[in-house]
Amino acid sequence: MPAKLSARLCSLLLALLLVAFALPAFAGPFEDAVAKFANDEFSDTEEAIGVIASSGNPLAFSIISALQDGRLMADPDSKKVYVTGTDGKSVDAATGQPVASVPDSASAVRLNNRLRRSVDAALGSLTLQSPDLATRLQAAQSVFKSHEETALDAVESALAKETNRSVKSALGEARAAILLYKSDATEVQKLEAVATIKARGDQEALALLTGIGGDQPASVTKAAASAIGSIQSSLAVWSTVQNAWYGLSLGSVLLLAAIGLAITFGVMGVINMAHGEMVMIGAYTTFVVQEVIRTRYPGLFDYSLLIAVPLAFLVAGAIGVLIERSIIRFLYGRPLETLLATWGLSLVLQQAVRTVFGPTNREVGNPSWMSGAFELGQITITYNRLWILVFTLAVFAILLAMLRYTALGLEMRAVTQNRRMAASMGIATSRVDALTFGLGSGIAGIAGVALSQIDNVSPNLGQSYIIDSFMVVVFGGVGNLWGTLVGAFTLGIANKFLEPVAGAVLGKIAILVLIILFIQKRPRGLFALKGRAVEA
Amino acid sequence: MTPHMLTRSLDRGATIFLAIVAACGILIPLSNLLLPAGSFLQVPTYLVALWGKYVCYAILALSIDLIWGYCGILSLGHGAFFALGGYAMGMYLMRQIGSRGVYGNPILPDFMVFLNWEKLPWYWYGFDMFWFAALMVLVVPGLLAFCFGWLAFRSRVTGVYLSIITQAMTYALLLAFFRNDFGFGGNNGLTDFKDILGFNVQAEGTRAALFALSCLALIVGFLVCRAIVSSKLGKVLIAVRDAESRTRFLGYRVESYKLFVFTVSACMAGVAGALYVPQVGIINPSEFAPGNSIEAVVWVAVGGRGTLIGAALGAVVVNYAKTFFTSGMLAPYWLFMLGALFILVTLLLPKGIVGTFNSWWESSREKRLAGVAASAAAEDGITEPKLAEKRS
Repeated sequence: MPAKLSARLCSLLLALLLVAFALPAFAGPFEDAVAKFANDEFSDTEEAIGVIASSGNPLAFSIISALQDGRLMADPDSKKVYVTGTDGKSVDAATGQPVASVPDSASAVRLNNRLRRSVDAALGSLTLQSPDLATRLQAAQSVFKSHEETALDAVESALAKETNRSVKSALGEARAAILLYKSDATEVQKLEAVATIKARGDQEALALLTGIGGDQPASVTKAAASAIGSIQSSLAVWSTVQNAWYGLSLGSVLLLAAIGLAITFGVMGVINMAHGEMVMIGAYTTFVVQEVIRTRYPGLFDYSLLIAVPLAFLVAGAIGVLIERSIIRFLYGRPLETLLATWGLSLVLQQAVRTVFGPTNREVGNPSWMSGAFELGQITITYNRLWILVFTLAVFAILLAMLRYTALGLEMRAVTQNRRMAASMGIATSRVDALTFGLGSGIAGIAGVALSQIDNVSPNLGQSYIIDSFMVVVFGGVGNLWGTLVGAFTLGIANKFLEPVAGAVLGKIAILVLIILFIQKRPRGLFALKGRAVEA
Repeated sequence: MTPHMLTRSLDRGATIFLAIVAACGILIPLSNLLLPAGSFLQVPTYLVALWGKYVCYAILALSIDLIWGYCGILSLGHGAFFALGGYAMGMYLMRQIGSRGVYGNPILPDFMVFLNWEKLPWYWYGFDMFWFAALMVLVVPGLLAFCFGWLAFRSRVTGVYLSIITQAMTYALLLAFFRNDFGFGGNNGLTDFKDILGFNVQAEGTRAALFALSCLALIVGFLVCRAIVSSKLGKVLIAVRDAESRTRFLGYRVESYKLFVFTVSACMAGVAGALYVPQVGIINPSEFAPGNSIEAVVWVAVGGRGTLIGAALGAVVVNYAKTFFTSGMLAPYWLFMLGALFILVTLLLPKGIVGTFNSWWESSREKRLAGVAASAAAEDGITEPKLAEKRS
C-alpha cells in the first residue's frame, strides 16, 4: 500500500513539474485561455471563450462545441483541459494530442445562461471554419443573408483558409454582401461586390441588390441597376424552366394514372370508373409491403418499392381480371352501363379498403434513395419526383414494346382495330379482353406504388385522379398510347404554367374548360384512330 | 291540340302515378297541418321535409330520364343544373334575410361582410325579387345547357365522351364554387335562410306548402316529359337514341333535337334544385360533386330507364333506402349496398323495376291471350302438337 501511494505521489509531483516546465514552453494566448477553463470560474470561462473564438486556432471549434455540449473536461489539479469526443476518445484541448484517459478528478466545465449566449455567438463565427462542409456552407449562406459588418473579419479569415470551391464562392458572396452594405467600403470594393452578387443571380441576390440605399456612389447604383436587370431576366428564364419541370412532373403523374385507362378504354372501349381504385389498391399494397418490412426485415426498407411494384401489379391485375370476368364481360357493347357498374364497383372497393385499413391516411415512407433533393442552377429537383418521371417513362416504354413485339400485344392491337375481324382470324377476343383489362389494372396498381410516394394513401386516393386521367385519355385520343403521353405532358405543363398566372384552382378550371372546348374541335382527341366506321 | 296531346299521352300507368302524386301532394300537407300532433295519421313535419326532398330528387331523375332514357344522352353533370337552380333560389333567400343576419348588413349577405366586400357583386343584383330569382332558376341552367349542348352536339360529341365532359363540367363548377372570391359563399355555401315570399321557411305551413308545390312541379314535369316523348318530336328522339347516324341520314337535324331536349331537361333539374333548397335549408358546392350526378343516374337505372314513372319511382326508392340504411347501425355498409345496387341493376335488371314489370306484364298478357287462343283452337281439335302425337 504505502509503496503504491508513494508511487502515485511521485507521478503527481512529476506531473506538476512537467506542467510547471511545459506551460511556459507552450504558453501563448491560446494555451493560456484554454488553461483558464480549468479554474471553472464563469468570468474566466467567458474570457477564454472570447480569446479562443478569435484565435483562429484549428482546435477552437471543437473546444467551444465541446463546451456547449458539456464535453469539455477540466482537471483543477493539473490545470489540464480535455475534450471528450462524441465517440468517447479524449484529446488534450490545448495541443490536440490524444490522451489515454481523462483523470478522475476532471469534471465538465460549467456554463450559465449568459455564457451559453456567448458560446452560441462564438460558434456562429467559428462554424465558418467548421470541419463539416455542410455546416460551413450554411454559415456562409446565413452571413450572406444577414450581411452583418461584424462578421467581416471572420469571413475573410475563413475565406483565406477555405479549400472547397462551393464554400469558397459562398464565402466570397457573403463578403461581397457585407462590403456592399458597409458604409466605409471603397467604390472599387463595392463594384466588385455587385459583380459577385450578380454572378450568384438568385432571388436573394436580387433582394440584396434592390435593398441598397440611395447613399451609394453613382457608379455602384448604376452597376446594381444593371445587375438587377440581368438577374431578373435570368430568373425569368429559370422560372420558366422551373414551371416546365413542375409540368413534366405533374404530367408524369397524370400519365402514370392514365396509361392503364388508355389501354382499357382504347382497346376495349370500356370506361372503367373503378380505375382510380386500382391505383389506390396499388398504394395500399405498398403500405402493406412496408409494414411487413418494418416489422420483420427492417434492413430491406430501401428495397420496399422494388418489392411493391411487381406485387402491386399482380394484386391489381388479378382484381382487374376478376372484375372483367365477373362484371364487365356481360356489359360489352353497352359503354354507358359499364360506366355505371364500374362506378358502383369503385364505391364498393373504397368502402372495403376503408373497412379494412380505416378511413385515415396511412403512412408510406420514402426510401433513402427517393428522399432529398438537388439543385440544378436556380431550381430544386426532388429525387422522388425525378424517379417518378423516370419510372413513368420506363413503364411507358415497356408497355409500348409489349404492344409492339409480343404476341399478346399484336392480338390486343388487332382487337382494338377491328374486333370482329380479329375474332374471324382466330383470336380469342374474350381472352384478350380479360388480359387487357388485367394489364390496364395492373399498371394502375404500379401507378399506385409511385403515387404513394407523393400523395396521401387514403381510400380517396383514386378518386382524386380519375377525372384528370379521363381528361388525359380523352384529350390524347383513344387507342393511341402516344396520344396519352402527349396529352398527359401537355396538360401537366399547361396546368403548371397557368397556375402562377391564375392560381391553382382557377388554372385547373381553365384547363377543364379548355378541354371541353377542345373536344368540340376534335371530338376523338389529339390522335384519333382513323377508320371508316360511322359509329365507333 | 294540347288537350288532345295530353289525353293521348296518358295511359293507365301514368294516370295512376299522377293520381298518387296528387293525392300525396294534397293529403300529406293536410294531415300535417290539420291533425293534432302525435295523432296516428299525422305526418310529422320532419317527414314532410324529407319527402319533399325525395320529390325534388324525383324531378331531377325525371329530367335525366328524359335525355338518357329517350335520347341516349348520358349526362354525368346533371347535378350541376340542379345545384345552379338551387343557388339561384338560395341567392333570393339570402337577400330576404336582410338585416337579420349576424352582421346586420341590410344588403350584403353575412359571408360577404365577413370577407370585407364593400358592395354587392353585379351578379347578385335582382335576386331580391322573387320573380327574377324564379326566372333565373330556369334561365341559368338552361343557358348553360344550351351553350354546352350547342358546342357538344354540333361537333358530334356522343356516348361516353359526352358523359365524361359533362362530368368535367360539374367538376369545374365544383372547384369554382368552392372559391370564396367567386361570391357564392365558398365552402359553406348559402344557408341560414329566414323567409320565402314573406313566410318563415322553418314554419310548418311553409314546409307543407313547399311539399305541395314540389308535388305539383313533379306532376307538371311529368306531363311536360310525357308530352315531349309521345309527340312526333319524341319519336325522333327515340330514333336518335337507337340509331343516331341513321336518323341524321334520314334528314333530321339530330343536334337540334338533342339541344332542345337537353335544355328542357336542364331547366327541369334547375326547378328541382330551387324547390330543394328551401326545404333542406342549405346549398353548398358539394351538390356539384360528380358523385351526386352519377348517383342520380342510378336512380333512373333502378327505376327503369325510358319509363318516366320508373325514374321518379327509382329516385324515391333509392333515397328512401339511403335514409333508412344510413341512419341505423348499417351505416358503414350503405356504400357497399349502393355500389352493389349500381352493379346488380346494370347486370341483372337493365330495364329497371318499372321496365321489368312492364315486360313481365306484357308477356303474361300475351300468354293469357295465347292461352285463350290455344284453348279455342283445342276445342276444334286441330292443334299442331296433337297431330304430331297422332303421327308418332
